[in-house]
Amino acid sequence: MSVDKATVAKIAHLARIAVPEDQLEPLAAELNNILDWVEQLGEVDTEGVAPMTSVADMTLPLRKDAVTDGDRRDDVLANPPEQEMGFYVVPKVIE
Amino acid sequence: MADLTEYSLREAIEGLENKAFSSKELTESHLDAMAKAGALNAYITEMPEQALAEADASDARRAAGNAGPMDGLPIAIKDLFCTKGVLATAASHILDGFHPPYESTVTGNLRRDGAVFLGKTNLDEFAMGSSNETSFYGPVVNPWRRDGDVTPLVPGGSSGGSAAAVAAHLALAATGTDTGGSIRQPAAFSGIVGLKPTYGRCSRWGIIAFASSLDQAGPMTRTVEDAALMLGSMSGHDPKDSTSADMPVPDFAAAVDQGVKGLKIGIPKEYRIDGMPEEVEKLWQKGIQWLKDAGAEIIDVSLPQTKYALPTYYIVAPAEASSNLARYDGVRYGLREEGESLIDMYEQTRSAGFGTEVRRRILIGTYVLSAGYYDAYYLKAQKVRTLIAQDFTACFGQVDAILTPTAPFPAFGQGEKSNDPIAMYLNDVFTVPASLAGLPGISVPAGLSSDGLPLGLQVLGKPFDEETVIRTGRALELAADFSARPDKWWRE
Repeated sequence: MSVDKATVAKIAHLARIAVPEDQLEPLAAELNNILDWVEQLGEVDTEGVAPMTSVADMTLPLRKDAVTDGDRRDDVLANPPEQEMGFYVVPKVIE
Repeated sequence: MADLTEYSLREAIEGLENKAFSSKELTESHLDAMAKAGALNAYITEMPEQALAEADASDARRAAGNAGPMDGLPIAIKDLFCTKGVLATAASHILDGFHPPYESTVTGNLRRDGAVFLGKTNLDEFAMGSSNETSFYGPVVNPWRRDGDVTPLVPGGSSGGSAAAVAAHLALAATGTDTGGSIRQPAAFSGIVGLKPTYGRCSRWGIIAFASSLDQAGPMTRTVEDAALMLGSMSGHDPKDSTSADMPVPDFAAAVDQGVKGLKIGIPKEYRIDGMPEEVEKLWQKGIQWLKDAGAEIIDVSLPQTKYALPTYYIVAPAEASSNLARYDGVRYGLREEGESLIDMYEQTRSAGFGTEVRRRILIGTYVLSAGYYDAYYLKAQKVRTLIAQDFTACFGQVDAILTPTAPFPAFGQGEKSNDPIAMYLNDVFTVPASLAGLPGISVPAGLSSDGLPLGLQVLGKPFDEETVIRTGRALELAADFSARPDKWWRE
């Protein structure tokens, strides 16, 4: 499997990273280089092998579904590039 | 003022206890060394005022008889750990100006035990790299140089700033994080000790995430004993990290001098690669002899899937990274670039904010997780990962620990590998397998290359058996008697 220019453009959009048109071709070559290399995993027989879901031999803990934190609006709003009246500000999304 | 940067953590604790010096003096010595070491670029943020205030508070605690296990010890923090109110960058442009309003659990634990923070150290952007060249804040320079050669060398990565700071005595010790070798490989390149504990031993809460199933914090120090001491402070169960192990923290320091008599040490035949210099193989053989001389039994073992560990890692880690780094959207913190629409703003922000390697990994990760390719890449890699972990489980049925070289070669020159991602990835060929299996490992400086650069040996252990890793590391340290030091060419 190898990626072409159009695929790179599609992935970049899925990843929400703008890639200028003239960089798509070189980026496709770079990604193909890495994908060709990882393709050697095809040699490994994984018939009947379960995919790893947890590296540590443990079960995830459960806790009561209760509020453990909160009332920290000022902390939450300590870092945004733009805010107004206690809200994050983003470009207009509704015409 | 006397130079107080020569001590180990253990020696510094004794000095503080005996009133030979105060934490304030100890901290001042290190701040002074940092101010003269700009050429190394080891720190992104220096915190002199805060450090001195913390040192004063520590001296007061000690005078009152309330000193903790790390009290008054000036250490450096990799700038991947959030510390309350201090700029946190992950060495990325996209986190511009981010001051976390909270403290990571690991740094909180170190503070609880009295440690003084000197500053935040440089790293590869989002910990993605093996040379510390992908930092938005510029590369870290290795304090070591080849004999008779001033070529700037890389300190390894991603915890390159922490490694350089400890090697150059700009901190008594430092925190690092290890996803595929980011503590052990820079420790080897910089001639220091680096310990990656078992996945789950240290809480990941408040550490900026790269690959959540692999990321693990650990100490970077100049002695094995110091690593044991500091790991004790860093470790412990944390309800805020659901993968944090709910089990007691052993007295790691008590394990240091237990020796290796009667231990079975495995030597995996697969830990050799094409083009690995003869001197790395020779050092490995020396290490085997040292452990044998100390009373260990040496057993040849096989980890057949070793060669598939790197390609597995370079599917799993980017996949997790692409998901973790989705949060950087220009809305809640960090950089924002203007766009014509919300989506355009996201895309412009992330394009400007991420460096080349981070962008490359996000794209690979997005691709291997995308519809139609998930099974072929991601699921396949997770199956191979199971086989890699099974290799280790089988091996640990026969042996107590495994001895390997840490990296296949010593530190290299800046720019030598930056145009070839796969050559760069090979740095971690001996560290990645244990990361995929979540195992503890230590790198101990064990000798010099023919051109005078440090080389490390790695000890891997069973899950949650850092103690065997530590005592075996200590046996290597004793036998190697590594005392070489870089010339202080960086001193201004």
